[in-house]
Amino acid sequence: MSELVIETRDLRKVFGNKVAVHNLTLEVGPGEVFGFLGPNGAGKSTSVKMLLGLVRSTSGQARVLGRPAGETAARRRVGFLPEHFRFYDWLTPGELLELHGRLCGMSRARLRERIPQLLDLVGLEPHAGKRLGEFSKGMLQRIGLAQALVNEPDLLFLDEPTSGLDPLGRRLVRDIIAAECERGATVFLNSHLLGEVEMTCDRVAFLKQGEVVATKALRDGSAEESTVEARVARLPAEALGGLDRWANAVRLQGERLTFEARTADLPEIVRYLAAQGADVYRIAPRQRSLEDLFLEIVGEDGGL
Amino acid sequence: MSAVGVIAEMTLREAARKKVLWLALAGGAAFLALFGTGLHFQMQALARQMPPVLRGAAANTLLLIGLYGADLLTVIMTVLVSADTLSGEIASGTIQAVATKPIERWELVTGKWLGCLAIVTLYLLVIVGGTAGLGWWIGGARAEHLATGAGLIWLESAVVLTLTLLFGTMLSTLATAVLVLGLHGLAFLGGWTEQMGALVHSERAATVGILASVVMPSEALWRRAVYVMRSPLVSALGLGPMANLGASVPSRAMVGYAVVYMAAAFALALVRFGRRDL
Repeated sequence: MSELVIETRDLRKVFGNKVAVHNLTLEVGPGEVFGFLGPNGAGKSTSVKMLLGLVRSTSGQARVLGRPAGETAARRRVGFLPEHFRFYDWLTPGELLELHGRLCGMSRARLRERIPQLLDLVGLEPHAGKRLGEFSKGMLQRIGLAQALVNEPDLLFLDEPTSGLDPLGRRLVRDIIAAECERGATVFLNSHLLGEVEMTCDRVAFLKQGEVVATKALRDGSAEESTVEARVARLPAEALGGLDRWANAVRLQGERLTFEARTADLPEIVRYLAAQGADVYRIAPRQRSLEDLFLEIVGEDGGL
Repeated sequence: MSAVGVIAEMTLREAARKKVLWLALAGGAAFLALFGTGLHFQMQALARQMPPVLRGAAANTLLLIGLYGADLLTVIMTVLVSADTLSGEIASGTIQAVATKPIERWELVTGKWLGCLAIVTLYLLVIVGGTAGLGWWIGGARAEHLATGAGLIWLESAVVLTLTLLFGTMLSTLATAVLVLGLHGLAFLGGWTEQMGALVHSERAATVGILASVVMPSEALWRRAVYVMRSPLVSALGLGPMANLGASVPSRAMVGYAVVYMAAAFALALVRFGRRDL
């Protein structure tokens, strides 16, 4: 339990008659970039808020950085960028970072060093003199990221971090996530943008109607299941059943053979087909995108 | 500096940066200008119509009328300054990034309370001090026990502030302001009912008024303030604005009750905000 950065057991939140989060059980290890995926209203933000102590759970257990979720000592090592965040628009970016740094217990001397670094990191140094009220949505998102990083957190929660950002801004977020990961931080990412998640996350969990319905590692290519399309001639019908050892959803229409299998099993499958006397002209694994997986796991209706 | 200090400083800075404080002080200055001008002409007229001994009592009464205006403005200013500070930040989500920092929820509420109290105290010093100063300078009027009277008005504002923060943990900004001002109106009406009841010897009417003060003790503190600031002659004549019947004066026990009331409201605000989802 102490090795895990986030651990929840049957975490549940009920608002009146509505179950927002239903028995959430999660484990996130140190240094992971963990994606939390689900349609609108699946309970992603509520789950994050429970982990941060903003929302009280109805039942279940949650530990963050080895301490009960929401405890002040745990929050000392956490950074958070809220979804649809609002900050005091009468402050300048430097003043906002100073406020959040002081609330984290950082000294003024440390903040004098840290604030210019952060403004530079998120590309807001030229706008340091402006008030946040004059900022565009993308600029606000950048300063939001900077405030989440002010205390060099061990665990970073990012709720829709690329919302409102242009492609350059999105790349900046990816770079920041990579840099934080290199520093040893764990990143918990809530996002609708599956392409972004696919590029940045080590592992993802799919949430549907307040419950984790699947988790998946994204970096382990050999374990990746692909939809495979092959052109095979002279394949005896009785040989088709033998593919079940490696493949699912096997279908043969003329010379067009389709099935689902792990990429690592493809050489074995080809050898098997050849041994059965079939002529294999082409075999093309098409790795399923995260979007395909999302639709498959969560469903076209998004669980609504 | 502790988190309480940081939040209090930020609340003060917000009032200054958003021009709320300066606009309120400008409004207060306009009030003082009007009061001073009116007092000047009133004293000129009184000089022609009254012997000096009565002029002093009349000037004291006019000063108390001015202080009543200052009291009312301070109460309204208190509600306007504090109604949005919690409920607005909860509604907009601004509080989320702050409340996830390593601070306790009670520190957030206490910091907001102290920051708002500092603004209200500054406003009260300017407007009550200005009214008393103008009364003395233009009309030669002197409030008896001014410091005690101002302290009671300050306590009234602190009660209103605490109640506003308490409702701000549960309701929207507008609902909070409407509820607190409504309660103050109830207390105002209750004060009159109590005094009229005492004057016409209706125990039931007086009880109704006292009950209103139990629900909201703000107006009772003002009536106590008038009582302590009235000149002896004005007291003997039974004069005094908004407490001119002199038939029923809130006791010291009512002041103690107001302090307990405020402490309970503050504790409830801490508990309520500590438990609520943000």
